[in-house]
Amino acid sequence: MFFRTAWLVLRKDVAIEAKSWEVLTTTLFFAVACVLIFAFAFVKDGRPVDDAAAGILWIAIAFSGTLALGRTFERERYGETLRALLLAPAPRAALYVGKLLGMLVLLGLAELLLVPLVALLFQAALFSRPLLLVALLAGGTIGFCAVGTLFAAMLVRARSRDVLLPVLLYPIVIPVIIAGVRGTGALLGATPDEPTAIMWIGILTAFDVVFVTLALWTFEPLMTE
Amino acid sequence: MKADFDSVQVVEVSRHFGRRRALANISLTARAGDIVGLLGPNGAGKSTLITMLATLASPSKGEIRYGHETASRLGPALRTRIGLLAHELHLYPELSARENLAFFARLYGLDARALVGEALASAGLEDRADEAVSGFSRGMRQRLALERSLLHAPRLVLFDEPFTGLDDRAVGLIADRLRVLASNGAIVMLATHDLDLADGLVTRVALIRDGRLVSDEPASPGLRARYRSLVGAN
Repeated sequence: MFFRTAWLVLRKDVAIEAKSWEVLTTTLFFAVACVLIFAFAFVKDGRPVDDAAAGILWIAIAFSGTLALGRTFERERYGETLRALLLAPAPRAALYVGKLLGMLVLLGLAELLLVPLVALLFQAALFSRPLLLVALLAGGTIGFCAVGTLFAAMLVRARSRDVLLPVLLYPIVIPVIIAGVRGTGALLGATPDEPTAIMWIGILTAFDVVFVTLALWTFEPLMTE
Repeated sequence: MKADFDSVQVVEVSRHFGRRRALANISLTARAGDIVGLLGPNGAGKSTLITMLATLASPSKGEIRYGHETASRLGPALRTRIGLLAHELHLYPELSARENLAFFARLYGLDARALVGEALASAGLEDRADEAVSGFSRGMRQRLALERSLLHAPRLVLFDEPFTGLDDRAVGLIADRLRVLASNGAIVMLATHDLDLADGLVTRVALIRDGRLVSDEPASPGLRARYRSLVGAN
């Protein structure tokens, strides 16, 4: 029942997005706009500022992810459908997992566009170690979405949720963003520093385990008024 | 644990939101076949009680027993026996009527193919089954939401102001449906401040004012006069 419910919630979110394209297009637009603005600021005479690419990639992921979180849960607020989901006869943590998977799909698609864009505009060797990059992106995105999904669900009925979400989210996910930036930065030198990148992947994995476990544990009590 | 039950008991339940008291020491019992009207002015605490009965909120004090067990003992299986229709309709406007019903049927572990057709027929929406709900009138959405809330044949049917914005015909259809549900053994609890509608429909009346239960009695003719004497003008 747990995984079935999570799968149903994910499938429902994908079906809605396939009809409206609302969250994906706004997220992609915002992510690209973010990278372009940084490109105007940090690329002079065709030469980017050293070591900027990793930070810009992760800032774009965090900002567009925050937008996507807000929009995804705004959809559950309209018509109070989140309450209908909470009435389903499955562990409520399954709803969290379903929404988390939806966010991961969404940000994964955004990253498919962001990574080549940052590599192109900042002449960054992001593809020199593709597997390590994928591991870093996956680890960072899971950590960011694990906390973000929990907070966005909690704030769905709060009046100032748009302001509160980043205020609550960023202080907690800053370690994830830092690990992502440092790990990605380690791959961008003239000689990619694999051991350092692997160390940051390990740290990200530890963050993910802690954040996902805490979120699964706290989702039901937090969502019961 | 078996989650079915034939009565719901609210035992000395209080609920606070911070320093604000929404419900104070409410006790009442509803049995299979009852249509209990939770009546009271706006802000009396009717919706809070419905929310707690639906397991979406916990009492600050007291407990709610489904049969002889509490929600925490029965676990998620209890929710297979609870249906909720609120003023907000719990429908996804981007999805079609069919997709909405199929999603919720599957969420309850039901065979969507068998149930969705019947539910669409009951809602009178067979010819618009594949249209997005966003294009539906309030009445059509309400009928669809009613079928969504009853897909899993719940024992405890909770309706919170379900008649808002409906024409007389739609109100009559929903009222008839409630009578059928109760005669089939459901426990129906209906929160409303529409006394005309409650008169003749409910079998028991629980009057709530300022979070307190001021009366719990069998329904009798002259509901409006009784309400005035206990709660005030309406």
